[in-house]
This record gives sequence, C-alpha cells and structure tokens, in this order.
Amino acid sequence: MTTPLLQVEDLKMHFPVKSRGIFRRVVGQVRAVDGISLHIDSGETLGLVGESGCGKSTAGRSIMRLLSPTDGKVILDGVDITTLSRRQMVPHRRTAQMIFQDPYSALNPRHTVGSIIGAPFIVQKVKPVGGVRKEVQELMARVGLNPEHYNRYPNEFSGGQRQRIGIARALALKPKLIVCDEPVSALDVSIQAQVINLLQDLQQDFGLAYLFVAHDLSVVRQISHRISVMYLGHIMETASRDVLYSAPQHPYTHALMSAVPVPNPQLAGKRERIMLQGDLPSPINPPAGCVFNTRCFKVQDRCRVEVPELIEVAPGHQVACHFPITESLGTTLITGPNPGLTEQPDNAPDSPNAAATNAVFEAGAEPWAQRQS
Amino acid sequence: MSFLEVSNLQVSFPTEDGIVHAVDGVSFSVERGKVLAVVGESGSGKSVTSQAVMGLLNRKATKISGSVVLDGQDLLAMDEKDVRKLRGGKMAMIFQDPLSSLHPFYRISKQLVEAVRVHQNVSKSDARKQAVSMLDQVGIPAPERRIDDYPHQLSGGMRQRVMIAMALLNNPSLLIADEPTTALDVTVQAQIIELIQQIQQVSDAAIIFITHDLGVVAEVAHDVLVMYAGRVVEYAPVETLYGQPQMPYTLGLMASIPRLDRDPDVRLDPIPGNPPSLINLPSGCSFNPRCTFSDQVADGRCSVELPDLLSAGEGHLVRCHLPIEIRKALSAETLAALNGGVL
Ligand SMILES: Nc1ncnc2c1ncn2[C@@H]1O[C@H](COP(=O)(O)OP(=O)(O)OP(=O)(O)O)[C@@H](O)[C@H]1O
Ligand SMILES: Nc1ncnc2c1ncn2[C@@H]1O[C@H](COP(=O)(O)OP(=O)(O)OP(=O)(O)O)[C@@H](O)[C@H]1O
Ligand code: SF4
Ligand code: SF4
Ligand SMILES: [Mg+2]
Ligand SMILES: [Mg+2]
Repeated sequence: MTTPLLQVEDLKMHFPVKSRGIFRRVVGQVRAVDGISLHIDSGETLGLVGESGCGKSTAGRSIMRLLSPTDGKVILDGVDITTLSRRQMVPHRRTAQMIFQDPYSALNPRHTVGSIIGAPFIVQKVKPVGGVRKEVQELMARVGLNPEHYNRYPNEFSGGQRQRIGIARALALKPKLIVCDEPVSALDVSIQAQVINLLQDLQQDFGLAYLFVAHDLSVVRQISHRISVMYLGHIMETASRDVLYSAPQHPYTHALMSAVPVPNPQLAGKRERIMLQGDLPSPINPPAGCVFNTRCFKVQDRCRVEVPELIEVAPGHQVACHFPITESLGTTLITGPNPGLTEQPDNAPDSPNAAATNAVFEAGAEPWAQRQS
Repeated sequence: MSFLEVSNLQVSFPTEDGIVHAVDGVSFSVERGKVLAVVGESGSGKSVTSQAVMGLLNRKATKISGSVVLDGQDLLAMDEKDVRKLRGGKMAMIFQDPLSSLHPFYRISKQLVEAVRVHQNVSKSDARKQAVSMLDQVGIPAPERRIDDYPHQLSGGMRQRVMIAMALLNNPSLLIADEPTTALDVTVQAQIIELIQQIQQVSDAAIIFITHDLGVVAEVAHDVLVMYAGRVVEYAPVETLYGQPQMPYTLGLMASIPRLDRDPDVRLDPIPGNPPSLINLPSGCSFNPRCTFSDQVADGRCSVELPDLLSAGEGHLVRCHLPIEIRKALSAETLAALNGGVL
C-alpha cells in the first residue's frame, strides 16, 4: 500500500474562550475541529462540505499549519508537520499551498500582480530558470490572465481574475497539494464554472491533489473524487462521489442532499424534504453522545450517551452513526440524469408550483396555513 | 391590467466615471398569488429594479423613468411621502441581510410593535399580540419569550424569519424578496423557501423573488425574468424557461451551473469572458462579446443593432437576433449536452 500524500489523524483544534475583564481567564473551549481523520492521495480531490461554522476552514487552516492544532496528527508527504515551528514549516510550504474564498482581501492592494504571484520564489529563495518575471508570466498565461498585465494592481481585475491570481501564486512552487477554501463561492455562476474547469485542468496537467472546502453540494459533486461531510467539528460520513450522492447512510447527509435546490421545475414538487429541527448547537457546548442528536430524525436514547465512531461500512465508505440509513428514503435523492430535464414543455404554464406546494402541505406541519384558516 | 405592472423602467446613476445605466427599459407584470423570479449575475440590475418599485431610490440623485403601476396607482407619479405610507403596509420587502431591516439595539418586540402601529390604529398590547402571532406563524419557537430578544440573540435563520414576520405584519399585497436565502445554509434555505411558498399560497400576495440561484428559482417561481446588463433578455413561465431556454445568455447559464441532475463527469461549459461595464455597454446586443452564436447571425448585426424583446411562444419573450428555429435547436442541444448527450 502506498502512503497517502496527506494523512490527518484525530485532528483537534480548540480555541480558548476568555472571560471579560482584566484577568481574561479561560472559561471554555470552542471545539471548532474535534477529532477528524481523513487522507488524500496524490492527484485526487477530497471535497469537505458542511454548513457554516462546522469547522471546514479551521480544518483547512490547521492542516496547512496556519494554526497550531490542539491534538492529533498531520502527515504531509511522509513528514509529521503537526508540531513544526513557523521556520521549520517553510520548506514544507512548497508541498502544500492554499487559496481562499475572498479574492479581494487575499491580495495586497499595493503590490503588483507580478510581485504577488512571484512572492513565493522570493520567500523560498528559489531562482526559476529564465528568471522570476518569465516564470510568473508563464503562470499568468496558464491560468488565463494576460501576461502583459504583470505590472497592474489587483483592483484593476474582476473577481474571477483575482481568483486566478491567487491560483497562479499557489501554483508557483509546483506544490503537490492545494487546500482550496471556498474558492468559487464569491463568484458569479458563469465565472465559477471557468474557475472550476481551470482547477480540473491544472490537476490533470500537474497531478495536483486538492482539499476542496465548500458548502455548495452541487459544486463539490462536480469537482471531487471523494467527499467528507462535516457537522459541528466532526466528520459524519466519507465516501466516493457516486456513493455519497446516490446511497448516503448518515441522516445528516440525507438531510443536506434533500435540501439542495435543483434547477428543474419538474422535480420541484416531487422531492420530499427532510426538514431539520432547531438550530445548530454551539461548538462551545456540543451535545453529549452524537453531536447531531439534537436535530436528528433517527435519534434514539443511545445517541445521547454514546459517541458514534467513524467506521467503515463498505470499502472507502465511512459513517459515524449508530443507526445508519441503508434502505432508500424514496424521493429525496437525485441519483443521476433526470429524463424530465430534456423534455419539452407543452406550453401550459398554469401554476407549475401547485404540485410543489401540495407536497409541502401533505407533509404536514405548516403553521402559516393553520393560523390563516 | 395586472396587479403590479412595470413598464419601460429606466434607472441611471450619474457618477464620477460616467452615467451608470443600471436598468434600461424593463417591463414585467405580476398577479396576486404569483411569484416572479428575477435572475441574473451580479450587477445586472436586479436590486435597482426592486428599489425603483419600492420607491427606495433617491429621486434627486437618480434618473428614473417609465411607470410602476401597483393596483392601479402609478408609484413613480406619486408623491414620495405617499409612497412611503405604502411601504411596510401594502408593499413590503425582505433582504439578504436581516440587519438591514432590524435595528441591532432594540428588542424585536419594540420593532415589531412599532411596525404594526405605523400602519394600524391599535393599542400597544394588541400590536404585540399580532407580532407574537406572526412570529409563531413564521416558525419561531416560544414566540412570547423570543419576542423580547435582541436580534443578535437569534441564529441567522431565526433572524431571517423575524424579518419576514416584520414584512408580513400588515398583510402586504406586494412582497419583494431580494436574495432572501443567499447567505443561509442549505437546510435553512429549504425552510425559508417552504415558508415563502406557504405565504404565497395563503396570503395571496404578489411576490417578486430576486436571486442568482437557478435551483431556487425552479422551486419557487411561476414566471422568470432573466436580466443581463440592465435589460430583460428572456421572460418566460418557469417550465418554459427550463424546458426551452432560448436566449444564448440563458443557455450559457444552464450549461455553466453544476447541478445534481447532470452527469458530473461532463465538464461544465462556462460563458467566456466577463459581464460588461454598465457605463460603457457594448454596442448592439450587450451580450455579443461573450456570445458563441453571434457568428450565426448575418451581417454582424449582433454588434450593431440591439435586438428587441420579441415573442417566442406563449408568454415567452426573447431578446436575440437568431431565427427562432436555430434558437430552439441550440436549446435542445445545450440541455442534452448536460448529460453527455448530443442530438
Ligand atoms: N480564531 C478563532 N477563535 C475562536 N473561535 C473560532 C476561531 N476561528 C473559528 N472559530 C469558531 O470555530 C467554528 C468553526 O469555524 P470555521 O470558520 O472553521 O467554520 P466553517 O465551516 O469554515 O464555516 P463557514 O462556512 O461559515 O466558512 C465556528 O464556531 C467559529 O466561530
Ligand atoms: N446608488 C448607486 N449609484 C451608482 N451606481 C449604482 C447605485 N446602485 C447600484 N448601482 C449600480 O447599478 C448596477 C446594478 O446594481 P444592482 O444592485 O441592481 O445589481 P444586482 O443585479 O442586484 O447585483 P447583485 O447580484 O450583486 O446584488 C451595478 O453596476 C451597481 O454598481
Ligand atoms: S448516531 Fe443517532 S443521532 Fe447521531 S446521526 Fe446516527 S441516528 Fe442520528
Ligand atoms: S443577438 Fe447575437 S450576440 Fe446577442 S444573444 Fe443573440 S446571437 Fe448572441
Ligand atoms: Mg469557512
Ligand atoms: Mg442585488
């Protein structure tokens, strides 16, 4: 067995919560990442999805050692980097790079694009053959920027172009892994597709691996080979793309999938939604037992006391749940191409939403309607 | 005449860099009980259109023309202070950011009670009763208790519900929702969409739903208006827009978006280039620098002559020079390609 490019074992990142006042005592911990394990092979994309605040960015930043993990292990290309100092990390930055969601704030507005993309060469004291300028201009061309814009400033570029600048900088030292934190979330759909395709092409050309952090399940499906689903600092389920989207076993994954809107009005009323009850608990005071138990529609007594381990239910498919869902839940999943997609309408647009609304009403619990009648 | 009828709306902003033509000749109508979705990329003029309808634009700093007729009254011809009386009453708005309508320093109870009393002549305790009942209806648990919270004590999804409750307090007959779910997680988004669908069913309001998410549109809309660079480029019943989109920009959007019902092994087919500057719009069809089909139009007309918004089927309007048979063929081809098929 070959060792993976990245191996993360039981990684924890807790932030102290301090009291107000002069003594600022530590009164608790934000358990942002609370024991996650995953691996990424060379050349593959692992998607990391979950809702806001579940710890995706903290996981990415801990793996990149922009944070010092509280516990656990991060092994990058065979080297345990978990406790390396900032200076000791420098050579390993050539192996792994990061790109961020906000192309506006991630770039220094006072530096030219050329010096932004070329910075890693200076920091790492690397002299590319032909010089930094030539190398940077090649990178610019590769990511679809005009190399003649070398001396321009970030504010002269659009959002999509700024994301390309970030990608070019990450590529400069030919890393093996790029951690992408919501790289397309701030972009318009047409530009989003350009950047997704670029990332896929670069992966092909350079054998890159990606940790692709995002909250959009449709985007993650398009780009990932395997996907891990996070909730409140924990991984709930990991599976290959096709298995995760067609036969997930964790109740939370089912709830997420059923909530994704699909641009197909013919499906709109036919899907049953799993509505989660209540709010996301605080990571300062997570529920005992399974962290999802306060909102789970399959919860039983055992879930409130015993933490479910992330266990392998089939090769490459891991689930952290005492009562995984192995039967089909009916219509909540969209397992593939839908024939309705290419059917032409018979131009009878009368209230296409009636079906959708009926389904909602039949599902019960609609306080709005009850009160009005 | 429809309940809301917007005709030839034009909005421009004079700025230091030149005149921004944010909305250029937009017309649409919405009936009570129906949902019109407005889609388009960032900067296409969706929010400015809704601000013009709600009378939220500064009339001195903005050039506005056309008409916005709500229930027989032209809001653009009315006095600003009369329009203000309708806001929060007959017409209401919900936004992406709840804090744009909820004041962070005041308890929710104070804000809701005031909102009721501006438009209704009722006692404070009656107004509070109405507010509690409305919070209950939008799905806030323990509303008698939560009503005395400050906005920051609620989660994002709860704040969104409170803002929706505030908009609904005076039973508006026109409701405009500007990206109401964009900042929310998908599970919360699903709850808010369900709530808006129930409102539409029960209250019989005319709803304008602004979003850039074609998935959300398919869930909520009866009709869809696609905007590009300040103009309407396609307008159709929802089934038609997804079943047979005809304007090359709409086709481009359909081919660009990752979606659960397409084959993920088929590469996305992005629209090339970037949206144009509204100060310096391309001549002819604004989409022509990015359009991959303009070479199929004779005599280079696309870069010279602005196409009209013309009928392309029942209730279906399209702004494009291509002959309709070619548009229909391109449409079928684009949709088939999503799943690797060719025609
Ligand atoms: N430096 C910090 N100090 C204290 N708490 C933090 C810190 N960074 C993150 N957190 C908390 O950790 C939790 C996880 O945050 P994180 O940013 O990793 O979530 P996320 O999944 O990336 O969310 P989003 O989708 O909103 O980006 C949150 O509760 C957040 O408030
Ligand atoms: N007060 C203003 N002064 C000058 N320009 C403005 C003003 N308000 C809006 N604009 C411009 O008008 C255009 C349309 O803006 P609008 O907010 O309607 O876009 P939008 O379609 O809602 O985009 P988004 O999806 O980003 O919300 C933009 O180019 C914007 O910069
Ligand atoms: S362990 Fe229990 S509460 Fe947790 S996801 Fe499984 S069924 Fe639900
Ligand atoms: S008018 Fe021409 S440029 Fe515009 S969408 Fe049609 S074919 Fe394309
Ligand atoms: Mg994040
Ligand atoms: Mg807007």
